[in-house]
Amino acid sequence: MGAVVGVVVFPGTNCEHDAVLALERLGAEARLVFHTETSLAGLDALILPGGFAHGDYLRPGALARFSPIMEAVSGFAADGGPVVGICNGFQVLCEAHLLPGALQKNKGLTFLCQRATLEVVSTRSVLTREASVGQRLEVPINHFSGSYTCSIDTLRELRDQDRIVLRYVDNPNGSIDDIAGISNETGNVVGLMPHPERASDTLLGSADGVVLLESLLSAATAAAV
Amino acid sequence: MRYNARVEVRLRPGIADPEGATIERALPALGFDGIATVRSGRCFNVELDAADLEAARSTAAALADRLLANPVIEESVIEVTPL
Repeated sequence: MGAVVGVVVFPGTNCEHDAVLALERLGAEARLVFHTETSLAGLDALILPGGFAHGDYLRPGALARFSPIMEAVSGFAADGGPVVGICNGFQVLCEAHLLPGALQKNKGLTFLCQRATLEVVSTRSVLTREASVGQRLEVPINHFSGSYTCSIDTLRELRDQDRIVLRYVDNPNGSIDDIAGISNETGNVVGLMPHPERASDTLLGSADGVVLLESLLSAATAAAV
Repeated sequence: MRYNARVEVRLRPGIADPEGATIERALPALGFDGIATVRSGRCFNVELDAADLEAARSTAAALADRLLANPVIEESVIEVTPL
């Protein structure tokens, strides 16, 4: 049996169906998981998709962190399960302290909806294990609060532990060190602002997100065994 | 006793504040002279019941720390007054 990926839905999440469709087209099984659920039994990987969880009130991700499902998400991550937060999902993972740092308003104070060129920095994460270091990917971004920030000490740790997963080639939002995505120490939890599910078919303008989703699926399959 | 906790949440010194910087640049254009700096922030008023001022302060500090502010980038200033 193939891997089953859970796609977590908070009130205000709006990219869950794109994520499910992209995963299904790669032959995976995907299942929506509502934020009031408390079990992730039977799932081999998780995606926290984009949107505006809980209206982004207070700060993006600040209230989603207290959704009932998040305790199970933390447990799943602690057990080594592959977890990827895309855009708003990245913000949720930071607020939940599953990833360090925070996402601030974009430097130019504008909502950015455009193609971004990314460079793969590390392949030890569940999102990049099938990619190659230095590989360039065209993946769209779609956010207002995507400027990654953290303390200098955290940045040093991220660099020293090979936890910067993706960088922008041409930094669009003021992120520290051009960071587009990072991972936790063990590489099984990844957050990124760009949307790989929106770059999953040439019809969408790019299929460069496929290698990222396939990486997640290969990690999920490995976890399922 | 009922208290009002005024929780001001603002970006830590040194954290870029594009909103404050934009307002700072806009003010001279509107004819305001002598503007030195502008930092943005937000303010929450939380009414709460507590045994005394100290207990109200401690609850306010805890909720500011746990939810209202993100300590990675923000700090909070709390003022508690009896209602």
